[in-house]
Amino acid sequence: MAEHLRAWNPNCIEEVIEFRGETTLVLSRKILRAVAERCRDHAELKFDLLTDATCVDRFPHEPRFELNYHLVSISRRDKIRLKVRLSGTDTVVDTLVPVWPGANWLEREIFDLFGIRFEGHPDLRRILLPEDWEGYPLRRDYPVEGYRDVPMVTGFRKSSV
Amino acid sequence: MTTVETATGATKTMVLNMGPQHPSTHGVLRVLLELDGETVIRAVPDLGYLHTGIEKSCEDKTYSQAITLTDRMDYLNPLGNNLVYCLAVEKLLGLEIPKRAQYIRVLLVELQRISSHLVWLGTHAIDLGAMSVFLYCFREREEILKIFEMFSGQRMMTSYIRIGGIALEPPAGWRAAVDRFLKMMPSRIDEYESLLTGNRIWMGRTKGVGYISAEDAVALSMTGPTLRAAGIAYDNRKMFPYSSYEEFEFDVPTRTDSDCFARYMIRVAEMRQSLNIARQAMAKITHEGPIRTDAPGIVPPAREKMKTEMEALIYHFKIFTEGFSPPPGEVFVTVESPRGELGCFIASDGSPKPLRAHFRSPSYINLQALPKLVTGQLISDVVACIGTIDIVLGEVDR
Repeated sequence: MAEHLRAWNPNCIEEVIEFRGETTLVLSRKILRAVAERCRDHAELKFDLLTDATCVDRFPHEPRFELNYHLVSISRRDKIRLKVRLSGTDTVVDTLVPVWPGANWLEREIFDLFGIRFEGHPDLRRILLPEDWEGYPLRRDYPVEGYRDVPMVTGFRKSSV
Repeated sequence: MTTVETATGATKTMVLNMGPQHPSTHGVLRVLLELDGETVIRAVPDLGYLHTGIEKSCEDKTYSQAITLTDRMDYLNPLGNNLVYCLAVEKLLGLEIPKRAQYIRVLLVELQRISSHLVWLGTHAIDLGAMSVFLYCFREREEILKIFEMFSGQRMMTSYIRIGGIALEPPAGWRAAVDRFLKMMPSRIDEYESLLTGNRIWMGRTKGVGYISAEDAVALSMTGPTLRAAGIAYDNRKMFPYSSYEEFEFDVPTRTDSDCFARYMIRVAEMRQSLNIARQAMAKITHEGPIRTDAPGIVPPAREKMKTEMEALIYHFKIFTEGFSPPPGEVFVTVESPRGELGCFIASDGSPKPLRAHFRSPSYINLQALPKLVTGQLISDVVACIGTIDIVLGEVDR
């Protein structure tokens, strides 16, 4: 897999990570879309199913964000993970919706919870949180309890005293 | 075409707000429908009403504590959620699970699959007006929940599958209870089929409704019975076996018509296959043997050892106060849930709490195809389409 892509474009893979039998290809974000198209279309790869896309925040390390795309080839029974690293100051990456339409809601979820912007996404809105929500809850610098006071808790305290 | 004068001018379409409190949305899902008469022109799902931040909460719990959160995502498949999470942590740690525990896991998740399909069949039938099927399905589901209660003490939120094995030794009399269920169930499935499969109203409401082509289904990342009804035999139990599924003989039912009726037939056939797997698992589960792997510091020691051995007591204390620290790395594990491919992605930074735990929930991703299924259909077909995707909103919103 890595050799195939290297033969196609020698500079496309920054790093190959092998862990517990899973292969991860680290790509630069400029080439992500082209690699994704090749993975889907080439007869030797045929990764036709984008099963999952998610993000990891490694705050305070830089580059802090890691986007992970999990691909499955149904005909070849194979799996691969594509990874793109993003700095905290420049969180823009090309959308994969034209390659796999199923990326639509996956990317919206990442946008909603991490604040990564997907360039060219047809409908980049919050999906799980209300539209007026402030901040991106799954970032590591967002407290687990959230920023906002819950009114019910203060009311409860008053009445119980 | 008749038009209606509204504040914004003459219009021939109207927008109908279906949900979030609508019985056929099976939870709190809102779908905005643009209608021309009774025909759907556009459908926009709106979700998040049940968002509970489970993935964020996992980051603040130790690896073993987070198991109880996974139960609450897909509340019709809690054992499957436990399983995928535990498999991911075990892969991260590189643990081998005793065969006996693996077979017990298989038996329980297959029973869970049947119970989930029963809830689906019952509620889907009641959505389409077949009241009695609902009552029959819940009657059998009750039997499965009794078995779960026997095993774990809980009917739904079992948390029975744990990192390194299972929580408890199976209770006395479990074989008789499961045997009784496995003997009873085939005739009960026949009973549902006799009520529905040849029923003209049922066929009228489901045949040719909610079609999606195989190419579109794959492009939209659909998995599970919806994808298999489109003719693609994608089943994680066969494709990427886990928990010893490679030792079991079973078929992956597929159909090609890809409508609501095909999805119904697939799920009925899957229930029969699950019975078949459960029977094989029963034969494979030995009467004695370990149910947890021997991994001091990760798997809690047996109660008797704690009373007699100092080391066991120390391990117990450390597991429940600090937790354990897997090596840094990332794993992604997928299993076949009743709704499709259920995945768990865990990133570890070497600390006792996950840096990130993400769940690939099949309901969420399958729901994405809803606009494609309902466009051009009648409004009553929207109910059938939401039904056959088989969503659980707890899992959609997490």
